[in-house]
Amino acid sequence: MVVALHERGLFSWDEWAHTLSGEPKAPGVAADGSDYFHCWLRALERMLAAKGVAAAFEIDDLTQAWHRAARATPHGKPILLENDPEAVARRG
Amino acid sequence: MTIHDHDHDHDHDHDHGHDHDHGHHHHDHDNELDPMAARVRALETILTRRGLVDPAAIDVIVDTYETKVGPRNGARVVAKAWSDPVFADWLRRDATAAIASLGYAGRQGEHMQAVFNTPDTHNMVVCTLCSCYPWSVLGLPPVWYKAPPYRSRAVIDPRGVLAEFGVELPADKAIRVWDSTAELRYLVVPERPAGTEGWNEEQLAALVTRDSMIGTGLAREPEAA
Repeated sequence: MVVALHERGLFSWDEWAHTLSGEPKAPGVAADGSDYFHCWLRALERMLAAKGVAAAFEIDDLTQAWHRAARATPHGKPILLENDPEAVARRG
Repeated sequence: MTIHDHDHDHDHDHDHGHDHDHGHHHHDHDNELDPMAARVRALETILTRRGLVDPAAIDVIVDTYETKVGPRNGARVVAKAWSDPVFADWLRRDATAAIASLGYAGRQGEHMQAVFNTPDTHNMVVCTLCSCYPWSVLGLPPVWYKAPPYRSRAVIDPRGVLAEFGVELPADKAIRVWDSTAELRYLVVPERPAGTEGWNEEQLAALVTRDSMIGTGLAREPEAA
């Protein structure tokens, strides 16, 4: 995802490296590297917010929508955002 | 980037959970995304809606780095350096150009430096700042490369770290640790194993492991290949 955005010219690789390298120094980061992906995700979110691409509240809202969609999806079926009951209600 | 893996985790968790009787609304048809998976999906949704990423393009990129690039480009560079003294000399002087001549250009425009192992010196690469890695020649970095214990200990106690990778070097062999940056990536050229005289580049490349090009391993011995 990051590489694809970089190829679109959204940010330079230096910008990404600096944003990401700022993360592991944050307090409370696990010493075993198990939450490297968390850092990666936070770094991406910070950069998207800084670029005005996606605000934190938007990401929060959509995350909740995905959770609702997952719960509403029968087991064994692919989880699609369209399955979110609230989105269906809004559309209907 | 590894959304599919998260689906796997999720399915596993679900199967596990649904054998047990949970006291809340968790009946057979429930699905539950873990918080990270939901967040990654949310980001992907936003970026797709904004036209910034194409989910298919992401899969192509991940697939390229996982299966096509892997460390095989690097192995070909090393095998060529072992077979062709002129190329080896070029690689030593200007690794970026020598590697680019084989068609492997850095995605991030970084410069490459090749560091050659010798009977006296072993080279090892780390990125203490983050996780800079020569993707164009080695593919996706291994998890341990990005982990803080490796990043801190590779510098403080390289011999101890090598021992954990099963590499025991003679006590009189010096170890040089190279710290990658966003601008400069290193490729370790391991020593050519004995008993490979007359081997062609393809045969030689099969001896060159990813770890041997990071310096946390050695090239395979011919009989082990």
